[in-house]
Amino acid sequence: MIPGSFEYHRPSSVQEALGLLAKWGDDGRAIAGGHSLIPMMKLRLAKPAHLVDLRDIADLKGIRADGNDIVIGAMTTQYELIGSNLLVSKIPILRETSLQVADPQVRYVGTLGGNVANGDPGNDMPAVMMCLGATYHVMGKAGERRVAAREFYQGAYFTALEAGDLLTAVRIPMPPAGHGYAYEKLKRKIGDYATAAAAVVLTMSGGKVASCSIGLTNVAETPLWAEEAAKILNGSSLDAATVKRAVAAAEAITAPAADARGPAAYRTKMAGVMLTRALARAKSKAHG
Amino acid sequence: MAKSQVAMTVNGTTVEALVEPRTLLIHFLREELRLTGPHIGCETSHCGACTVDLNGKSVKSCTMFAVQANGADIRTIEGMANPDGTLHALQEGFREMHGLQCGFCTPGMVTRAYRLLQENNNPSEEEIRFGIAGNLCRCTGYQNIVKAIQYAAAKLNGVPFQEAAE
Repeated sequence: MIPGSFEYHRPSSVQEALGLLAKWGDDGRAIAGGHSLIPMMKLRLAKPAHLVDLRDIADLKGIRADGNDIVIGAMTTQYELIGSNLLVSKIPILRETSLQVADPQVRYVGTLGGNVANGDPGNDMPAVMMCLGATYHVMGKAGERRVAAREFYQGAYFTALEAGDLLTAVRIPMPPAGHGYAYEKLKRKIGDYATAAAAVVLTMSGGKVASCSIGLTNVAETPLWAEEAAKILNGSSLDAATVKRAVAAAEAITAPAADARGPAAYRTKMAGVMLTRALARAKSKAHG
Repeated sequence: MAKSQVAMTVNGTTVEALVEPRTLLIHFLREELRLTGPHIGCETSHCGACTVDLNGKSVKSCTMFAVQANGADIRTIEGMANPDGTLHALQEGFREMHGLQCGFCTPGMVTRAYRLLQENNNPSEEEIRFGIAGNLCRCTGYQNIVKAIQYAAAKLNGVPFQEAAE
């Protein structure tokens, strides 16, 4: 399997990359870790005439605190997310999720920016970003704009990115200290996309849910933010009856495709099972 | 399409070449450099047979272009033996513990295990299994591969290897 021919560009700054992407328009394509794009190019499902490799752009790397947010450069790899002490202490769900992405070799090169920007509903990070209320920094012709993860995904492989745009960073508000979290992913084997997965971040106060946010992976054309399900849980002790109602609300917004991972009804049910498990584990980790 | 000049270090030797941008690293290694240790298995970044060590990371060379490796430091199975020609502890472990049957996955397994032991010189069985999860073997059921890596870890740490009771 050999990709079609292309010209290779390796800019060293965001401005240079934007210039190349603007110049080549639909014929140009940015490449991050390449583990989604290169397989697509081998199958000739993607045939960019110009490949703009972002690997040398230092400004797209790194993890830093900025006030109450953590800002992660788009080219930061899953491997780097796993090894970040700052993330382990402030947003530990990112390490937990990264360890469930693909396999070790892919995590060395796969990037957070690529994972969230590609629009593949199978990717794990988008639902986690919706759960966390993250914002994406997008550079384009008109300068920088910021797009909420919850408003970014429009359909399978369709996002708020327009031709010539570059997602440069992900900004995540730090959840309160003592929050509970879990990412529960059902998959057939290591390296597979989720049959269904659920991300939960919650805080507890006096044994009751003080805040709760839920994301669902690979059970619709886009990642899902299960707003209604979380509302049902607010103020509850996560008792079985309330959890059951919330799970039903989450299942109701899924619309999975039937594929080798199972029929649609099974995948919807598994989204509910993953959510039930994630809620229980998040509660056990929360203080308060 | 214009070719690109690349230079990289492969198994300690600097190589320079003109490559078409679409040339995959695995094809460059096998067909240009005649390093046929890294294998082409699935070609879809699932199986890990093409794994090489690149700038201190295990990389599937079927999912990277040679031009992207410009400037890189690469090690393949051909560069794994000790400078005096004796086998690396991992290679010895795979032989002693019967860590291979057909051998197709072995170069990828050994290069991946090399990086795993660089990062964690005394991994548990669970850590080994998680660490080689990107490499598929269709013969052994992994049991002896895990033992081979445990053997190598013990040898590199200078402690006697004790096989776990089954």
